[in-house]
Amino acid sequence: MITAGCDIGSLTAKAVILQDDRIRSFAVTPAGPKPARSAEEVMAAALKSAELALSDLEYVVGTGYGRARIPFVNSLESEITCHAKGIRHLLPETRFVIDIGGQDAKAIRLALDGKVERYLYNDKCASGSGRFLEIMAEALETPLEEMGAVGSESTEKLGISNQCVIFAETEVISLVNEGKKIPDIVAALHRALAKRVAAMAGSLGIVETVAMTGGVAKNSGVFKALAETLGVPVKSPDALDPQLMGALGAALIARESVSKT
Amino acid sequence: MKQNSSKNGSIVAGCDVGSLTSKAVIFDGKRILSQKIIRSKPRPEESARNVMGDALALAGLSPEQIEYCVGTGYGREKIPFVNETVSEIRCHARGAKWLLPTAETVIDIGGQDCKTMKINRDGEVERFMTNDKCASGTGRFLEVMARTLGIGIDELGSHTRLAKSPVTLAAACAVWAQADVVQYLNNGVSVEDIGAGINTAMASRVAILVNALKPEGDILMTGGVARNQGVVSTLEKLVGRKIKKTRKADPQLAGAIGAACIAFMKTQNKGAEK
Repeated sequence: MITAGCDIGSLTAKAVILQDDRIRSFAVTPAGPKPARSAEEVMAAALKSAELALSDLEYVVGTGYGRARIPFVNSLESEITCHAKGIRHLLPETRFVIDIGGQDAKAIRLALDGKVERYLYNDKCASGSGRFLEIMAEALETPLEEMGAVGSESTEKLGISNQCVIFAETEVISLVNEGKKIPDIVAALHRALAKRVAAMAGSLGIVETVAMTGGVAKNSGVFKALAETLGVPVKSPDALDPQLMGALGAALIARESVSKT
Repeated sequence: MKQNSSKNGSIVAGCDVGSLTSKAVIFDGKRILSQKIIRSKPRPEESARNVMGDALALAGLSPEQIEYCVGTGYGREKIPFVNETVSEIRCHARGAKWLLPTAETVIDIGGQDCKTMKINRDGEVERFMTNDKCASGTGRFLEVMARTLGIGIDELGSHTRLAKSPVTLAAACAVWAQADVVQYLNNGVSVEDIGAGINTAMASRVAILVNALKPEGDILMTGGVARNQGVVSTLEKLVGRKIKKTRKADPQLAGAIGAACIAFMKTQNKGAEK
């Protein structure tokens, strides 16, 4: 049985193709302004690496903020449900998911059986999202994907007093002008983002095991800072890119839908 | 600066060193003898020296002729020549009272914050609310948006009047609003329609602070954003009351004027003590 999940986010599009329980292929591509186009591109990439055609897919579930525009789906599912489903497949002991994406952050508390108990998300303020790091990386002229490594070289503990991205950007530029080292500033930014998201997560009541997903989970600096701020260990789905949890969950739901019929 | 106890003919100064602009006013208790607004320098002491130097030159005065000087604004602790520093809230309240003696509610939108306050008959603060945590609802929001539109910040004001079908910005956050603006521009929406949406987003944010204060009496708006007619007219609708402006002086000078008023009161009290 071949099923697929397609997650159209604000910054990236993701697709996962399952053959029964096994991940046959996946793809992550940058999302353009048109969700339909992004969906077609990312699914074409995943199909290509699996050497399959669209007609080979028995069932496709769409998710993500652009899900309503995906042309080839059989049904749609919320991001929260898909993320929970995806992470539990790879880390079955997960009771709490913290997902930091390009434009939002989500905290999801799961029951023992994996059902979503409560969740919160912030998409109102950029300071708790991946966009925060993106803007700061630009200001520091450091590639976004190198931020984690750069921050790990920090030797001096600095603080960022502004929460607002716009004000924090000015603060970062002042720190650079004062001669502060880039690794120290980057590490401070990682702690600032972790603190912001941890405050939201904490209000739900943290239950172990905690897993971090979303594109920002690839940044080891934020990952470590989040565990430190929460005071509990945080896990990551080592088997698969943490950005793909939504698409994986969608593909798993697609498989269940076929099994039921 | 010189201290002397002459009760009459005292000349005083107020200096307001803000995040984006620095202001200085030379005052004789009745009239503003000179005023100056400059863009703030990275170092507050430099901003203060420059703006006060310019104001003194305009009035044809030397620093020794200033009897008392009050400093305010976020950089106030770094101003080298003041006799005293006073909080921005107190200075703005006092300045608003001088600009509009009937004012009971004051809205001041600065480059990096928004203050709303209720003041009593003596120009003292009774209640206030501020936002300096989030760029949305501050002058910074308009600055970022104007830059994104590729226009000067002063051009935004007329857009609310000129717009044919104003856009709605989905989020208050300046970062998300900026992304919205870029998208509208890419879709070929007119600059006026986008500008009107920016003014509405700005006014909505400020209205939350104003309404939380339960405004009464005459409302005076000060700070640079008071010159943006689009924000003012939208805010009037959201608050349900007229907002007054002042022609007595540039509304950006309210803090410096208040500082000068407090300085003048000091010289008078000093005389009375003797």
